[in-house]
Amino acid sequence: MGKTLQNRQENKLRYLPAIIALSVLYIVLLLLDNVLPANTFTLMLIPVLRKGAIYSLVCVSMNLLNGFTGLFSLGQAGFMLIGAYVYAIFSIPADQHAAVYQYFEGGAIQFSIPEMLGNVLGTNAGNFLGAIICIIIAGAVAAVFAALIGIPVLRLKSDYLAIATLGFAEILRAVFQWNGLGAITNGSNLLRKYTTFTDMNLQLGSITIKLHSLFPFLIAMLSILFIVLLINSTYGRAFKAIRDDEVAAEAMGINLFRHKMYAFIVSSFFAGVGGALLAMFQTTIQAAAFKTAMTYEILLMVVIGGIGSVSGSCIAAFLYIACSEWWLRFLDSGSFLGITVPFFRDGFRKVVFSVIIMVIVLFFSRGIMGDKELSFRGLISKLQKKSKKKEEADNG
Amino acid sequence: MAKNVLRLEDVTMQFGGVIAVNNLTMEINEGEIVALIGPNGAGKTTAFNAITGVYEPTNGAVYFNDELLVTNYPQGKMKKLYAGENHGKYTHRVSHTPDYITKKGIARTFQNIRLFKSMTVFENVLTAMHLRKTSNLFSATFRANRKEEAQMRKDTEELLKIVELYDVKDELATSLPYGKQRKLEIARALATQPTLLLLDEPAAGMNPQETEELTAFIRWVREKFNLTIFLIEHHMNLVMDISDRIYVIDFGKQIAQGVPAEIQRNQKVIDAYLGVDEDE
Repeated sequence: MGKTLQNRQENKLRYLPAIIALSVLYIVLLLLDNVLPANTFTLMLIPVLRKGAIYSLVCVSMNLLNGFTGLFSLGQAGFMLIGAYVYAIFSIPADQHAAVYQYFEGGAIQFSIPEMLGNVLGTNAGNFLGAIICIIIAGAVAAVFAALIGIPVLRLKSDYLAIATLGFAEILRAVFQWNGLGAITNGSNLLRKYTTFTDMNLQLGSITIKLHSLFPFLIAMLSILFIVLLINSTYGRAFKAIRDDEVAAEAMGINLFRHKMYAFIVSSFFAGVGGALLAMFQTTIQAAAFKTAMTYEILLMVVIGGIGSVSGSCIAAFLYIACSEWWLRFLDSGSFLGITVPFFRDGFRKVVFSVIIMVIVLFFSRGIMGDKELSFRGLISKLQKKSKKKEEADNG
Repeated sequence: MAKNVLRLEDVTMQFGGVIAVNNLTMEINEGEIVALIGPNGAGKTTAFNAITGVYEPTNGAVYFNDELLVTNYPQGKMKKLYAGENHGKYTHRVSHTPDYITKKGIARTFQNIRLFKSMTVFENVLTAMHLRKTSNLFSATFRANRKEEAQMRKDTEELLKIVELYDVKDELATSLPYGKQRKLEIARALATQPTLLLLDEPAAGMNPQETEELTAFIRWVREKFNLTIFLIEHHMNLVMDISDRIYVIDFGKQIAQGVPAEIQRNQKVIDAYLGVDEDE
């Protein structure tokens, strides 16, 4: 009896470091948005953090499929496209429709969910709730597409599945750019003026608190939490069993098709959510941007982070975004720390970046984390081991 | 008369022009240990696969606990190609995926061990309990199935203790010595709560001592879990020692059946498979 009580308390304490770290992170994000003045440093840092959070979610959702269920799918950009478009379509304010859909007589859909809620709850609350509802709808539509496409596609194995999903994403991109659907998708033109991160504010009396960075972090965090909980549940174990050995998994009573479908739908749902967040981040979207290259980029992050590691995916996403958008910028700008190098001109960043990626893939083929997870407990025990070793070495 | 657990009627398995299992008819009664032996390529594993739903038989029927489990007749291209017997005796098709058949109560192991490589011993067994979950994806994700999950973990611990693998429960399944991997595979099959256990060459690659231990283990498992066991094996010592009855097949066709003593004396079996010990 006493022992179980102790166990329970220990269990509660187990999450304490994570909760503290999260609260610190949230406070830092709030400060970044509200207190820090805009300078060259914050102008780089804040977008990188936001985009990093979004890509973390997309990477984790791809990892759920590729890393944990062993389904090599390359449809991620397609599901993100659906998410981004569904989000944008439902959140463009009614009076902006004429401007956005200028070639399609104001479009077919004449309402905006954030605006409708805003009329009842006030602008800020309406934007916040409306955006969340739109994000959920975006994910749900992506999930429905996944369920439909999954019926034929999930019967394929390995490379064939990759080709089929890749083709699906490409078809989708073409369909969204088709003028025949212009009244909804605006054809090959941009969608804009919808609710973005800068509309996420909290009004306390006369003080406005900006939630611009907190919002994407919050949504990404909750989504990743869901995926982690799923992976650690009995269904997650079934997914891993399918990855390890399909024949054995089936012989152990795991319905292959049904469980693959679950993984595919959940993964696509969160790819859709990621797409919606990306739309919010970019403030304008166009189907042409959701190319195969985007899927490869995400796959690359997953591989760098470690196939089968959620924390690896997150770390890799932040590193990748920071490198490609920020840290390697100097390679394009002509000089570094005052030294002018003739090689450093537009495009050189991409050359260096490719070399780095090749080195990683060649020499660290299991990625940063392999299939391990980052945890405070693991870190602490590692540090303890190190200090113990040191002690032993000192004594000996 | 003992109750039938598994009954095969005229099961034929034809791939293109090759008949792998030809008109196999057999019965396994409750509580028995029955062995299926024969030379390499005789169709033993194919017969297993036809029972467990990996393959669909071309013709014939399989009954489990006197209930029709699987049946089929030559269709499509097979209509013309079919070279087996009893063409036209079976007229409808009942087919299931392996997971359904496992849920019905037939568990199996594999000729070449198929453990879940990335998982520990504990997780391997725990995963095999997935089929008895009543929770759906959401209730499992939001931990609304705590009781069920705790029960699964408790049962896994108990099972591992019973089969004496508890001390290695946190080791990676593939890092175990060969004999223990075999044992773990049987334990994993037991976790699905079967009434019939199919063992595909459980002693393959084992030394005589390990084989002896395995023989005792199989017998003990049958008593402990009230099982009926159907096994394929090449180690004659084990087969003759453990089996209540033996079926012998050659080129997919049954050439003999009976108690071990009869089989050892059967001239057909000696010619086709057992041979004469010339060395001695």
